[in-house]
Amino acid sequence: MSNKIINRFASAKTYIETCDKYFLFVFIPSAVLIITGWSWGIFIAPPDAVQGDAYRIIYLHVPTSIYAQLIYWIMAAWSAIYLIWRVKLAAYLTISAAYVGLLVTFLALFSGSIWGIPTWGTWWQWDARITSTLILFLMYLGLIALHDSFNNQNKADNLMSILTIVGCVNLPIIKKSVDWWSTLHQPASITLTDNPAIDPAMLYPLILCIVSFGFVLISMGVLVSKIIIFNREKNRNWVKNYG
Amino acid sequence: MLPHRKKRLQNILLLLGSSFVGIFLILTALNSQLDLFYSPSELNKNNLPQERIKLGGMVKKGSIKYEDTKVLFVLTDFEEDLDIEFDGIPPDLFKEDSGAVMLGSFDGNGVFVAEEVFAKHDENYMPPELSK
Repeated sequence: MSNKIINRFASAKTYIETCDKYFLFVFIPSAVLIITGWSWGIFIAPPDAVQGDAYRIIYLHVPTSIYAQLIYWIMAAWSAIYLIWRVKLAAYLTISAAYVGLLVTFLALFSGSIWGIPTWGTWWQWDARITSTLILFLMYLGLIALHDSFNNQNKADNLMSILTIVGCVNLPIIKKSVDWWSTLHQPASITLTDNPAIDPAMLYPLILCIVSFGFVLISMGVLVSKIIIFNREKNRNWVKNYG
Repeated sequence: MLPHRKKRLQNILLLLGSSFVGIFLILTALNSQLDLFYSPSELNKNNLPQERIKLGGMVKKGSIKYEDTKVLFVLTDFEEDLDIEFDGIPPDLFKEDSGAVMLGSFDGNGVFVAEEVFAKHDENYMPPELSK
């Protein structure tokens, strides 16, 4: 019974069919929400008392930083599924997500650097938060490079999954870096335990941006995974007959 | 769960656990070396470091003075104070009662001569009307 369910969800063919069926339900909201969220944040939300308009890059920086870490957690879960149940789809999705993770981590670092120039007076400092995020970026890059360096795809999937799981150790460090060590980066504004340290007029568009980035990245991930899956399964009949 | 899958799960948990223990030991050993800056009370006033260091803390209220092109101020962590001298333009967010980080070294008289000053800002965001 349980194997039947796993096999059904584990099929790359079913995955592609499902994605094709529902893609527009994710893609259209992603476009609408991101435009609404950014317009709200840039034109409607009030300026900050200390930073003026410079803080508005938060509407790019916070969503990208959140997903830079979240995507890695998801990849680690897929890697474990691949290693335990040998579900190939999980490996396809892991490597697809690595490309998306690489992009958002770059955006998080880049937007943070831009934000740092007018506020901190520097675009880069080797503080624990910034350095551990750079390590996350290099992890994504390393996973992609490792996966690309094998002719034997199963071996590539295996080693990538193992390395993904080992790389998890960096995630709590990124999260707690601003509490454990003295950094130039400020502590978190939004936490699960305390009231947000950010005014509701600025918080609501930020939440919208975070949600919309979820849709954007899922759309992006689906497109990347289609390329990866068609490439990996190109000799299978369902791919030859696709479309 | 089938026995061979259970074995793989155990291997993954072992891998994850040992990685976490390893990184924990490394971080414990490095401890405060991973701090970006020293705070004033971490320094021994009788034996100030000779090398270039980064200092961080709060700019003491009412302490900023301008002399020619120099900015003089007092950096505090509410336990110890240090005199800072900076010849240059600090960032816009550099102000009294606000965080700052600086790179520089001590001169012979216990004054910290900063080469670069960075402003630290806190995690609070609010519209200008509400902050008054």
